[in-house]
Amino acid sequence: MGATETPRKPAPVHPRRVTPDVEIGICLGTGGIAAGGEDVLAAFEEGLAATGVFGVVKPREDVCEGACSSITGTGCRGMCAMDVLVDVTLRKDGRESTVTYGTVTPAMVRKIIEEHIVGGQPIEKWIVLSADQPTSHNEFYQYQDRLVLRHCGKIDPEDIDDYLEEGGYQGLYKVLTQMTPTQVHEEIFASGLRGRGGAGFPTGLKWKFAAEAPSVDGQKYFICNGDEGDPGAFMDRSVLEGDPHVVFEGMAIGGYAIGASEGYIYVRAEYPLAIKRLKIALKQAEERGLVGGNVMGTDFRFHLKIKEGAGAFVCGEETALMQSIEGKRGMPRLRPPFPAISGLWARPTNINNVETLACVPWIITNGAPAFAARGHEKSKGTKVFALTGKVKRSGLAEVPMGLTLREVIFKIGGGIKNDKPFKAVQMGGPSGGCLPEELLDTRVDYEELNQTGAIVGSGGMVVLDGDNCIVDTAKYFLQFTQAESCGKCVPCRVGTKRMLEILERICEGQGQSGDLALLEDLAQNVKAGSLCALGGTAPNPVLTSLKYFRQEFEEHIYDHKCRAGACAALTVYWIDAEACTGCRACARACPVDAITGEKKEPHIIDPEICIRCGACYEKCRFDAVRRQ
Amino acid sequence: MAIAREAEERTLTLTVNGQEVKAAPGQTLLQVARAMGVEIPTLCHDDRLEPYGACRLCLVEVEGARGPVPACATKVNDGMVVQTHTDKIRRLRKFVLELLLSNHPLDCPVCEAAGDCRLQDYAYEYEVNMSPWGWTPLNFETRDDHPNVARNPNRCILCGRCVRICRDVMGIGCWGFTNRGYDTIIDTPYNLPLQEVGCVSCGQCISTCPVGALNHKRSRYAARHWQTEKTRTVCPYCGVGCELILHTSRGKLVRVTADVGSGVNNGNLCVKGRFGMEFVNSDERITSPMVRDEEGNLVETTWDVALDRIEQNFKRIKSESGGKAFAVLASAKCTNEENYLLQKFTRAVLGTNNIDHCARL
Repeated sequence: MGATETPRKPAPVHPRRVTPDVEIGICLGTGGIAAGGEDVLAAFEEGLAATGVFGVVKPREDVCEGACSSITGTGCRGMCAMDVLVDVTLRKDGRESTVTYGTVTPAMVRKIIEEHIVGGQPIEKWIVLSADQPTSHNEFYQYQDRLVLRHCGKIDPEDIDDYLEEGGYQGLYKVLTQMTPTQVHEEIFASGLRGRGGAGFPTGLKWKFAAEAPSVDGQKYFICNGDEGDPGAFMDRSVLEGDPHVVFEGMAIGGYAIGASEGYIYVRAEYPLAIKRLKIALKQAEERGLVGGNVMGTDFRFHLKIKEGAGAFVCGEETALMQSIEGKRGMPRLRPPFPAISGLWARPTNINNVETLACVPWIITNGAPAFAARGHEKSKGTKVFALTGKVKRSGLAEVPMGLTLREVIFKIGGGIKNDKPFKAVQMGGPSGGCLPEELLDTRVDYEELNQTGAIVGSGGMVVLDGDNCIVDTAKYFLQFTQAESCGKCVPCRVGTKRMLEILERICEGQGQSGDLALLEDLAQNVKAGSLCALGGTAPNPVLTSLKYFRQEFEEHIYDHKCRAGACAALTVYWIDAEACTGCRACARACPVDAITGEKKEPHIIDPEICIRCGACYEKCRFDAVRRQ
Repeated sequence: MAIAREAEERTLTLTVNGQEVKAAPGQTLLQVARAMGVEIPTLCHDDRLEPYGACRLCLVEVEGARGPVPACATKVNDGMVVQTHTDKIRRLRKFVLELLLSNHPLDCPVCEAAGDCRLQDYAYEYEVNMSPWGWTPLNFETRDDHPNVARNPNRCILCGRCVRICRDVMGIGCWGFTNRGYDTIIDTPYNLPLQEVGCVSCGQCISTCPVGALNHKRSRYAARHWQTEKTRTVCPYCGVGCELILHTSRGKLVRVTADVGSGVNNGNLCVKGRFGMEFVNSDERITSPMVRDEEGNLVETTWDVALDRIEQNFKRIKSESGGKAFAVLASAKCTNEENYLLQKFTRAVLGTNNIDHCARL
């Protein structure tokens, strides 16, 4: 059966029955929830009901006479520094206006309802974005090109009808009714889409290999890699939380292209919200016949399973990930054979990252040329970056490939916090590299970034200022990879440990002459000798830091000085008696009572007791606390 | 059949260290190199196991490849150009050995494996004097409560051979990797005693351990590897005929091993073959034939006397009671040929069909 049925074009089952006069959209991604999004939502529900005018309705279920309102919890929209973000849309006399409020708390909700929703006067000082007038934050979206994140922050991820209303599953319908599997992977290849997990391998080519690989019993698998583990990266999490169906659709299209009837979404267990929303979405998609047996009434079968990871970073490596799905310890194995030839349970398998898959339905619907039109040279389309660290507007930014790092950090990110000077940016997480100011005009482009020693990677972008020590930062990333090494091969298991020991002693002021040569030699050998990409890229932060910031390492070793004041053992705090007003703020902040002095008299720090935490330095309003 | 023949006939030509060599499709670089006498060091490789690629010692350079490749797992291709001992490769190997020795206990003077230890051999070959990063020996605590298998995880180099031989060859899986990164250790599930996790005491893990992390507990401190005389023989326990190497010192059997790549067992042994040899040194072992004297006591004698006695009694019983008075039980310790002869003797000489074999019990 199945093939004889007419294919069913996907459409919302419950279209909107009313257009509310007031629509509230609240960010309920992990960031939004952590900032108190659920309390804000409850405050709106209570507050709007209390107005007696705008009864809260569910637009797909209820009808209302007179005025009404609706509240939607959405996924992350990227401007995480401003969470909780709330969109308020008012419709009056055929006019529609939307403003976005930032850092909303339940206490602010009452005022928003009173003055804006009921009174019609938006509260200017809380607005971060407005369709009518530019704000200081407009730049955040101005340079973005939101293709992967097109639905995030817009739709309710727990309601499949929202996704269908946005044209969801039309890409899958198109391939099932109008395209052959070969045409599908050729279309993806023509788009220039490359793996967004870090390596940048052409996706269409990967699909072609898996499509052409013979399978002993006809079984093939399609896996989505959602084991995003880089510190400071949350691109995939936002997509999974904010738009889960786009991933299913991308996978089903891929499954059709390679001839797989089973798919796995491997999500790290540290993403409980993503898992919850994926499960809800999967149930809805199965009920509507959009995945499972006889997809959309055709004879295409595509069964999806959600597999939770168990907390190992290395399971983001494709062969380790497959071992993990098979119930084994997540340890990378040798390639070849590549997964396209022999992957999960020794069958041809294709693995793509979440962001890659989120591009797929868009490419199918809008055509490869539209995707290829974006980008720069061999890097097409857009890339989502998780912009974090010492940047004014941290969050998620999706930019066309080819934008420069400077544009991303200073335009979208708004520059460095407190307008301090920029020092470096760690690109591509623990596998990436640390780039200095001179390289800020490097483009976001696979080839260009590789030349610097950094990588596009999964898209982590950690910005550092003068208060960050380069040696300490390199140590941090190495600590991470060292602890997350699977322990299989010697260079990664032991080599990263020996590297870390050298960095630790440099940070503690015990660095010796010759340490940098040892470190470089170790790093090169670990890179050359490791079994998988974890070990193969783990030395990158160290190598790039040494390449661009060697002087800072040398200062640590020879001058016993940490110019950032971040390495406790190399930093001394004292109080400038001239500047000290004796306000006691520093003494109150000191956790170990190292600061003494009478009120209104200059204070003194006892270096024997001081633990060099810097609390006094942060607290002093008169620049009297000095450090070196 | 046609396909099989085609594969057999197809030979590949590659160049190893400037020397042209023929190889069959499916062979690995390691196999080809070893066959032509080029010794590539390996720690995690055992011919009984699938290639694993963890130790990184067998890395070689292949023209056109992105970086060094592991010889143990790389299949040969026609026209491949391989260099196995370039300066770069030798440096990488030395680097790996230095890393291993940076946390290895270096208790070689009292290590059972000394003299039969790959790490020791390669450290010597690659002139690893001392790790450039100092020496911080591992310090894991572990249980060591198995009667036959002695373990010392601090000497372990995590090649995973014990894990794989137990799981893939024996089909059991007593060993597994625990923890991550530098803290990785090979252990039993939940650190249970080895005997409680399905161990059949075959000692296969000991046989594959390239260092001294696993060794024969019963022969600890009995004799160093180079002090023993090695005698190749066949296991007396059953008809399989596994090849053994008996290690003897001062007239005593101290240890039994088997050679990978030799005999029907290809280096594999069971609990009896590997550990069941203590009877050899026993004071109670019967070393000559015995017959009963007039009082009925057993006394030692010669084979001539004993066989004469047997002949006399067999003839007497047969003439008195006929062949049916005999029953013969053959032993699994005998070879097929011996068992054949025994049933022939029973039927043709003793005149009875009453013969059975202990393997049926």
